Amino acid sequence: MPARTHEVCGSSAHAFALALAGQVSRAKGSSVVWVREAWNSVQLNPLGFETYLDPHQLLVAQAPSHIDVLASAEEALRSGRVALVVMELSKSVGLTEGRRLQLAAQQGGSMGLCLLPEGMGSNAAQSRWHCAPLFDATNTSEDSTLQRWKIIKNKSGTLRAWNVKWNAQARRINVVSEAAQR
Amino acid sequence: MRKRVVSMWFQRLPSDRALRACAQVTANDNRPFVLTHHEKNTDRIYCLNRSAEAQGLHRGMGFSDARAYCPELQSQPADTVADARFLQMLARWSKRYCPWVGLDGADGLVLNIAGSAHLFGGEAAMLDDMRHRLARAGLNARIAAANTRGAAWALTHYGRGAGDDIRTLPVTALRLDAKTDIALQRLGLRRISDLVDLPRATIARRFGPDVVLRLDQAMGAQDEVIAPLGEVPHYGVRLTFPDPIGLTEDVMMGTKRLLARLCEKLKEQDMGARKLQLTLRRVDQSAQQVELRLAAPMRDAARVLPLFERGVNAVDAGFGIDQLRLEATQVEPLLPAQITTTTAARPDGLDDLVTRLGNRIGLENIQRFLPADSHIPERSFQIAPAAYSEAQGTWARHRPRPLKLFVPEPIAGVGSQPPVRFRWRRMTLTTGRSTGPERIAPQWWLPDEAWRSGVRDYWKVDTCEGRRLWLFYTPQTPGWFVHGEFA
Repeated sequence: MPARTHEVCGSSAHAFALALAGQVSRAKGSSVVWVREAWNSVQLNPLGFETYLDPHQLLVAQAPSHIDVLASAEEALRSGRVALVVMELSKSVGLTEGRRLQLAAQQGGSMGLCLLPEGMGSNAAQSRWHCAPLFDATNTSEDSTLQRWKIIKNKSGTLRAWNVKWNAQARRINVVSEAAQR
Repeated sequence: MRKRVVSMWFQRLPSDRALRACAQVTANDNRPFVLTHHEKNTDRIYCLNRSAEAQGLHRGMGFSDARAYCPELQSQPADTVADARFLQMLARWSKRYCPWVGLDGADGLVLNIAGSAHLFGGEAAMLDDMRHRLARAGLNARIAAANTRGAAWALTHYGRGAGDDIRTLPVTALRLDAKTDIALQRLGLRRISDLVDLPRATIARRFGPDVVLRLDQAMGAQDEVIAPLGEVPHYGVRLTFPDPIGLTEDVMMGTKRLLARLCEKLKEQDMGARKLQLTLRRVDQSAQQVELRLAAPMRDAARVLPLFERGVNAVDAGFGIDQLRLEATQVEPLLPAQITTTTAARPDGLDDLVTRLGNRIGLENIQRFLPADSHIPERSFQIAPAAYSEAQGTWARHRPRPLKLFVPEPIAGVGSQPPVRFRWRRMTLTTGRSTGPERIAPQWWLPDEAWRSGVRDYWKVDTCEGRRLWLFYTPQTPGWFVHGEFA
């Protein structure tokens, strides 16, 4: 849902964020801002996510602290010039901050996504997703990307789970039926 | 109008400058003072004041010798950059006499005073005024006026007093190189008049065209240009208020007016501001500054103004602000762009956003990825500040690469095949499927601490628990590491 802030946790959260960023960026034809804390030594690899999102469309902002991450993300959301604002957070987001992000997203008409450690969501989020990779026993090709995406909080709908796979040719996700798993 | 040239020669420009910068007392007393210059492995005297010269010191002398001769000698290291800047300042000062001022070497100025001497009560009065003012500033200067630049130079450097005739001066005064000068001396041509009496063709044949050219320039047969210094454009405007102001809206309104004027100036010069500084002077004479660094050179007042809001809000107005000063401290050429139907419109809003974010967390911290040509995973891309780089280049991927790269984390494992079970980040993982190996050799021409362990065999390991990791094995110093994680 656009103009809202969402949350995602789990070990495949980066893949979820990049898949979403690719979809939104292609649809809107604009860039994606990825705000993260500067101490974070995990490096995003543009050659790894190049099938998800054109690396030239990604701006990475290295903010010195948690507060700066939230402030920069709010500013980016409010400007409305970017398709998606991803914030990589290490601490939970309070209700006030979460509400401010929602208001900024509404004002700018852009989507926000918080990457959080598990169990640290805020109640202000529109939805919360849990993404984890699955071992794909049937697939023998090299690049298996089977994952389980669960929606674990939804303000405007029900909770569900899907098994999905990234389709590198079509640059979109394919939903894999549960039956095919067995 | 006939040309009339004044030449100024500051014989002791570096030492005069250094003494001026010291306390006023040192400049006036007569203690020997030298500037030293490190050359050919020794400190040598670069420039010295009059009393040091009276002690028998000279330029180029070893500094330790000089100290032995003269134990009370004071010294400082020479600063040629500051000297050049000081000469530029003197050139700007000289524009009070005439608009046509050029530099002459590292220690002289040339002025074309044609048409402006009468403003100072004649040429002699003008030269006296120059001498007087320069002496008061503590500068040793020799000043002379002549009809040509060459003659004026000769008079300042070799003249012995007023009413000198250039013909009586030694041939060195013609600005010849040392070799030609010695050759002329050997032939017994000591004065310029000796040279004038000779047939021109003989001189040209014997010494080359340079001597004749210099002679003609000194005598006025050949014209010589004086290249005046260009006016450096100054991108600064200010606004003073009759009454102090304090409201944010008022300050923003003042900034708007200043910005309109500044952008007009920038437009005239085809420049765009990269860094702007707004100085707000308060009534108690203290000043506050708001600095704005822009993501792209800009001169559009309507777009720059909202970017100032955050900085202006943070200013403490105290008892009120009575002066605003806006200066573009860093400018870049910004040519009018040709707009056609085929060129993609540049998303302007993104630059503004980068500026806003950059003013909060630093403009270098907004980065983008650029492709780089390397097989080493960490070097296969570059990270560049978005404000100073263009998104260009193509991304070529030959083999699957992980989404995330870590600093290599060691795991327990033996042998060249991936371990069946291993512990990583306190998780016990079982290898479900492994793909590999892909051997990557270090770039020996680039020393890299992380690649000291030699070649690496990379494996993509799909664990039964779900996570897909990028492991590598180093056959030269056996060990297993986790380097990244796939989607």
